[in-house]
Amino acid sequence: MTGPARQSVQDRPVTRPAVRRGRPQGHPAVRWATRIGCLLVATGLWQALTATDARLWLRFDRLPGPGEVAARFATQLTTRLYYLDLLQSLIRILTGFALAAVAGITVGVLIARSRRAGDVLLPLLEAVRPIPAIALVPIAILLFPTDEQGIVFITFTAAFFPVMVSTRHAVRALPTLWEDAVRTLGGSRRHVLWNVVLPGTLPGVFGGLSVGMGVAWICVISAEMISGEFGVGYRTWHAYTIVDYPGVIVGMVTIGALGWLTSSVVELVGRRVTRWLPRGEGSGT
Amino acid sequence: MTLTSGITVGAGRTGLSFRLDGAGFGYGGTAVLRDVALDVAPGEVMVVVGASGSGKSTLLRALAGLLPAWEGRVLAGDEPVTGPGAERAMVFQDDGLLPWRTVRRNVELPLAIRGVPRRERARAATEWIDRVGLAEAAQRLPRELSGGMRQRVQLARALVGAPRAVLMDEPFGALDAQTRADMQRLLLDVLRDTSATVVFVTHDVDEALLLADRVAVLGRTGVKTVLETRGGPRAALRERILKEL
Repeated sequence: MTGPARQSVQDRPVTRPAVRRGRPQGHPAVRWATRIGCLLVATGLWQALTATDARLWLRFDRLPGPGEVAARFATQLTTRLYYLDLLQSLIRILTGFALAAVAGITVGVLIARSRRAGDVLLPLLEAVRPIPAIALVPIAILLFPTDEQGIVFITFTAAFFPVMVSTRHAVRALPTLWEDAVRTLGGSRRHVLWNVVLPGTLPGVFGGLSVGMGVAWICVISAEMISGEFGVGYRTWHAYTIVDYPGVIVGMVTIGALGWLTSSVVELVGRRVTRWLPRGEGSGT
Repeated sequence: MTLTSGITVGAGRTGLSFRLDGAGFGYGGTAVLRDVALDVAPGEVMVVVGASGSGKSTLLRALAGLLPAWEGRVLAGDEPVTGPGAERAMVFQDDGLLPWRTVRRNVELPLAIRGVPRRERARAATEWIDRVGLAEAAQRLPRELSGGMRQRVQLARALVGAPRAVLMDEPFGALDAQTRADMQRLLLDVLRDTSATVVFVTHDVDEALLLADRVAVLGRTGVKTVLETRGGPRAALRERILKEL
């Protein structure tokens, strides 16, 4: 064996481009200041409209102001019930979402890779897909022995289809070159699945998971409002029925924060497992 | 050559012969090659030259088992080619590296597929990565490499599994002249230590004459002629190949 091959001048690793593509992204401090400033302006506008009881077609005279909501929030944070509701909603969404992720990825890959599986499953799935998950609430109440299981089912159904459809499209969009490479190295269908299909579809799958998480929150809150006994959705609706409007907005803010938190986790995990993708500079948060 | 890992390239394994007998190939309903007859001897470097669209890559994909023959026979050794296999490794023009795997993990892939223990495949991969001059880039992702470096990784990945044949589809076609010359030298250096058969596709006649034991010229109707490259005057051979193209 001879020594290591010489590396030519042109045969050098790719380095970061000298010229940045796109518009300059600005200093991170400026960007954060812009984001926080935007929130403060919106809150200030809200305060001004409610403090002056403005009626500009939209009626702000009955809407609680930010101070009132903040005070209600502070009270809520000291009660055990608030955390119980929060935990209940999180358990429901995480259970439904996890089941949807596993089932959606499995079925998406199966349909994209097997014509027979497509023939068997696709007609049924395409028939059910246009039905909004929330419209399944009556069926869920009939089918499942407990409300809890019904709500998880609704959440599962909501998240399943975006994940399944994204996975299916991601598998079909995979370059055949990668599969050919593994097959000519002696790889079987199983090797192609583990070494090409699953890692190669992750960007598309995480797109579906991200959408799925958003839809799952919409549906879990709606289902809780209709048939729950606990949960942030139930508590928000309950606050409305007892004319506790600050409580309604506390519920809305809580839902928004939980949705943002869970979507951020999905986004973060997605970015970590797809680090191999080329990304433009400044594309981060 | 025997690597310290115990994985051998060529040694103890003879190169694989190929025979195409009246073979025809195509995509969809369109025939690309018809009635192809070609013999490739064990251990030889056969370079297939032809104009763009003449079916060079199609021929190679057929030998790799990625494209079934419409008609005739395609034999690897004495066995008909019915699908891809580890004994016929392929180097693609577009690198074919898995972009989520580092250089090291790409090179380890054929051994991982074969179930080689982790430590042994790491050792073999290290030796091949070093051999192709990428020791410092072992932990990089393919997107962080230049075109030439990616082709080095492909070469290491193809050879680490000690295949009996290496099928190379214009692997240096997209490289600049200097890098291409370096890669040609590297290939000749590596092939010196292996008895694997090489079928190399290119449209560059000079590259063919540099690398080949024999050159097969592909025309619109299949293999027009096969020429020995050793012993004769190179300029005359070059002229003859250009005339056949």
